[in-house]
Amino acid sequence: MARFRTWVGIAVAGALGLSLAGCSSTGGKRAEDARNAAAQGRAAVNTPRWTFAMITHSGDGDTFWDIVQSGAKQAAVKDNVNFLYSHDDEAQQQAQLVDAAVDKKVDGIIVTLAKPAALKASVARAEKAGIPVITVNSGSAESKAFGALAHIGQDETVAGEAVGDELNKRGRKKVLCVLHEQGNVGHEQRCDGVAKTFGGTVRKLYVNGTNMPDVQSAVEAKLQADKSIDAVVTLGAPYADTAVKAKQDAGSKAEIDTFDLNAKVAAELKDGTLGFAVDQQPYLQGYEAVDLLWLYKYNADVLGGGRPVLTGPQIVTKDQAGALAAYTQRGTR
Amino acid sequence: MSAALDTVPEERIPQGSPLRKLLARPELGSVVGALAVLVFFACTADGFLRASSLGTVLYASSTIGIMAVPVALLMIGGEFDLSAGVMVTSSALISSMFSYQMTANTWVGAGVSLLVTLAVGAFNGFVLTRTKLPSFIVTLGTFLMLTGLNLGLTKLIDGTVSTKSIADMQGFPSARAVFASTLTVGGVDLKVTVLWWLGLVVLASWILLRTRAGNWIFAVGGDREAARAVGVPVNRTRIGLYMGVAFGAWISGQHLLFSFDAVQSGEGVGNELIYIIAAVIGGCLITGGYGSAVGSAVGALLFGMTSKGIVFAEWNPDWFKFFLGAMLLLATLLNHWVRKRAEAAK
Repeated sequence: MARFRTWVGIAVAGALGLSLAGCSSTGGKRAEDARNAAAQGRAAVNTPRWTFAMITHSGDGDTFWDIVQSGAKQAAVKDNVNFLYSHDDEAQQQAQLVDAAVDKKVDGIIVTLAKPAALKASVARAEKAGIPVITVNSGSAESKAFGALAHIGQDETVAGEAVGDELNKRGRKKVLCVLHEQGNVGHEQRCDGVAKTFGGTVRKLYVNGTNMPDVQSAVEAKLQADKSIDAVVTLGAPYADTAVKAKQDAGSKAEIDTFDLNAKVAAELKDGTLGFAVDQQPYLQGYEAVDLLWLYKYNADVLGGGRPVLTGPQIVTKDQAGALAAYTQRGTR
Repeated sequence: MSAALDTVPEERIPQGSPLRKLLARPELGSVVGALAVLVFFACTADGFLRASSLGTVLYASSTIGIMAVPVALLMIGGEFDLSAGVMVTSSALISSMFSYQMTANTWVGAGVSLLVTLAVGAFNGFVLTRTKLPSFIVTLGTFLMLTGLNLGLTKLIDGTVSTKSIADMQGFPSARAVFASTLTVGGVDLKVTVLWWLGLVVLASWILLRTRAGNWIFAVGGDREAARAVGVPVNRTRIGLYMGVAFGAWISGQHLLFSFDAVQSGEGVGNELIYIIAAVIGGCLITGGYGSAVGSAVGALLFGMTSKGIVFAEWNPDWFKFFLGAMLLLATLLNHWVRKRAEAAK
């Protein structure tokens, strides 16, 4: 026991000493704090402090949803809104979270309909309780039928078609579409959209998105097995970088393109490692959802006229990447 | 039910003062924990004690509890089932796809699903007893195979990763009434799963405490060789326990299907651990031979209260797993301590 205590003491002292001595003058938490300080502010309105809850189908620790959240939080600060966020990637659990928000008598609900059938009853329950609902990100087809005020997001099929067009423009012949979430209908729509407009052939590859080494080895094996693949499309920003590594290891000449943006993707677009990215502007999805709920509560305004309000697709290439780099760095693009 | 529990047979519990008797109950730790969590959220979370919130909490608990009961029985019998989570999804998928593809009454699909799911459970038990491999390995294999089959077959048959809606088919309304309806009791909206859950707890408690099969389960989990020596049908008991888990998976699966009318093929992974956690919090020993069905229900209730309480308290849900882990450790430590005291007193 005494020896254990000694070791703990040494470890704590060592950690303290290292953190004091080893300051970095660039990057890190201090730089992040400086960036964040710019983007806060205070309420610009004096409406009552309403509570809006956002419930998404995100898994734990997904960068995309961090960007959606930061958009929503920014709008919440401006609109004097108490913003609550919860998520679960199991449809039944997500529905229960919506139920809990209804029980809590929040003033507005923002929900993703990645698995629409599972959420139908919960959304209906919210409306019965007189709580306005806005759908974001996924569920453009079901949103209106479920009685939501508006849908904010990207039509996945349209986004896929845009990718197909862009690939045609770049003269590609055979594309590998990498799906990192088995069971996500939106992902299937993206790849099917690519296949719809793309002139060449599209091959689908399913990988386990929560296990990066597995993603890399799967893409690598596919690229080695089929040398005629000249483009890889990943469906999420973190997977683009993994595909680049796989391509290098496999000695393939394929162009890597991706859905969604992050800091790394922006940098790689800039230096030409990646061909292009399709952005659906997640920040805008979170921001607009909160702001539209506020507008509805304040002024009964509804945007979109019963049709989805599209936040994408926006094709980002080398030319625009430089300008976006700063925004991806602070986590808002 | 509580009356039945109070007059539990002799040798499983040491005789002594009423207090000591109470201390020796396997579910004590979880009851104390559940009360603590209830008081905690009642104080910190606005609206947690409202009637409508109660319905939501009970619903969340029941979806875990329906599986935690047979999983607890299995753990008392000394085994694990890692395939329990995906088996729920498998059961829903079979039911849905059979009805749709054969254009059959949804009850036929549910019946076929029951048979297939029970067969999967029997397969688990059969491989286990025949090969004498640890249940961890056997059910890990079934877990992976089922996960693959769920995705592969759904994609092959339906062309997408979720099944097609069967809401307009014959038998759907009555099946929904049985598996996924909502009852209003005294102003509280109660899902029918709560009744299934209570029913299973009563049934399992009766089996454990009042029947010969219950003695067999405790005996098999306590000391398998000794049980075999005194004539307990060890293999049959173990296969039966796995089929019990399959039955629970069928009920949960049908609930999933008939409340949402379409099923996502990739779901259920990871839930098996939640069921095991509920059983362990409820006082089941991981080594077998000790535990109760009521305890698993309290464990599931604790789970439901925590997961929804965090929403009501407006906390960041990222912390949920941390609380769960801490609670699991505390409950297990408490159980361990109580058991030691009880044994010392014997």
